[in-house]
Amino acid sequence: MTDNQNIFEKELKVINIGIDTFTTDLKTQEVEVIHVDWHPPAGGDLDMLKLLEKLQGD
Amino acid sequence: MVMRILVRADTYYDSVILMRISNAIADLDGILQAAVVMATATNKVLLENLDLLIEEAEAASPNDLVIALDAKDDASIDAALLEVDRLLTARDERAEGEVFPKTLNSAIRAMPDANLVMISVPGHFAAREAKKALKRGLNVFMFSSNVSIEDEVELKQLALEKGLLMMGPDCGTAIINNIILGFGNAVNPGTIGIVAAAGTGLQQVSTIIHSEGHGVSQAIGIGGNDLSKEVGGIMMLEGLRRLEQDDSTKGIVLVSKPPNQVVSDKVLAAASQSSKPIVVNFLGGNLDEIKSKGCVGAATLEDTAKAICAIMKNKEPLPIIFDADHGDVVSLAKKEYSNFSNEQQYVRGLYTGGTLYYEAMLLLTPLLSDLYSNAPLTSKQKLEDANVSVGNTCVDLGSEELTMGRPHPMIDYRLRSQRIVQEGVISETAVILLDVVLGLGSHDDPASELIPAITEAKNEAKKNGRYLSVIASIVGTSLDHQDLQKQRDALEDAGVIVMPSNAQAVRLAALIATKGSAQDMLFEEGL
Repeated sequence: MTDNQNIFEKELKVINIGIDTFTTDLKTQEVEVIHVDWHPPAGGDLDMLKLLEKLQGD
Repeated sequence: MVMRILVRADTYYDSVILMRISNAIADLDGILQAAVVMATATNKVLLENLDLLIEEAEAASPNDLVIALDAKDDASIDAALLEVDRLLTARDERAEGEVFPKTLNSAIRAMPDANLVMISVPGHFAAREAKKALKRGLNVFMFSSNVSIEDEVELKQLALEKGLLMMGPDCGTAIINNIILGFGNAVNPGTIGIVAAAGTGLQQVSTIIHSEGHGVSQAIGIGGNDLSKEVGGIMMLEGLRRLEQDDSTKGIVLVSKPPNQVVSDKVLAAASQSSKPIVVNFLGGNLDEIKSKGCVGAATLEDTAKAICAIMKNKEPLPIIFDADHGDVVSLAKKEYSNFSNEQQYVRGLYTGGTLYYEAMLLLTPLLSDLYSNAPLTSKQKLEDANVSVGNTCVDLGSEELTMGRPHPMIDYRLRSQRIVQEGVISETAVILLDVVLGLGSHDDPASELIPAITEAKNEAKKNGRYLSVIASIVGTSLDHQDLQKQRDALEDAGVIVMPSNAQAVRLAALIATKGSAQDMLFEEGL
């Protein structure tokens, strides 16, 4: 059981990964939000990424 | 003509920023074509289509930025490159002073009480980030598309195990605790809960609920694939269960394109056990089947919203053809088509909202013969070329074949404006039918983009002895930042007939284009 199962009863606290206008839109609505400065992992190499995921047991 | 292509290694920017920059650069004097993109496989195809793919760009990785310019001279290119740098730097400077973690894990460290992650990175990466988020006990709203069905099933099952919401992939909108996620309209808080596998469907339903004086408790987006055979309605069933348990929710709406039959049975069986009234719209679905499960079925998004509002007031839900007196609607249609030339006979529906488009196709199919589309309901309706209308045509401008390398048409109106002008030139075009979607995420002033194109198309028709009828509906509320009243007034001043809903706009368009002959089917058979 985690606390976040009852999201309807909580104040939204958001992590945004990707399009940065979503962060701006949430701030406009006075939502606490943190923007991730995301870059494609493994230099965007999907084959390398799959290997890394295997190594990490994901 | 001069071409210059630069590759900047390990320089990542998100696609929305780059599309904005590409558009700004393409508009500069002397620039013929411009693409500022990450070197992903999709973008390499885009560059190839623009004849801007050279070996260096082809070899670049998705983490590398490609600036490709085709211009009339070197000076134009130099000026454009300066502008690219200015725009990229402006974006970097905006970020200064704020802490931007690089990964989900570091973001969670910075915000340990985070409870939801929004994800809008490319497909495979999106699934990976979502899995991490769910494992860390966070709810997910996933805007990203191009996630495999296997990944979607895995993510939704994981969410279920963890007791979390997995909204998406391909989820455009949700309203959780009165906060809009993604694209969505500002609506009053209230007692009606929505679960929707249809983005602009959710927007149309929530805005009409608002305009009827009611409000939304929660609107859970689940992504367009949720009711497929493979996914099995995992999140619609979970959303329904949660709304059933939510004390603030007194009535429930379910919206989806036609589900797989087994999934439909499962969802309706769950709905039949609910203690709360439920209105179901499986666009084009069997209303008797829904009724037999103790739910109220609705054929249009407008009827869906109005049915749940009626039930909340202990009134009988009644389907609506037109709000206005039918005689007045017939007179209005006659006034429009009496100005047509003999050749004018076709509707050209140019849609930005996918569900609104789908609803238009459902309503137009029985009313108009010769109906074609780029995303047809039947194979007979398939347009050979999405850019060229044939007979009655309805186009989903948000489809991937048309949006490739461009922002969504709800943000970037250029594609539709060009098409409006293009349709206005064609002598057979009688009616141009439009949706205008307001709210967060959408263009800040759609009327300002549409009016020059509509005026040009109407003037072109007039010059050639024709009259062009333009019908629109606006999905929006008085609380949306675009100012619903201002948008409506501006469109009406430009000669557009603005209808109260997409369904009514579609019916009026058919009535006008058929010069009244759709009247019997509309009023007697209640289509």
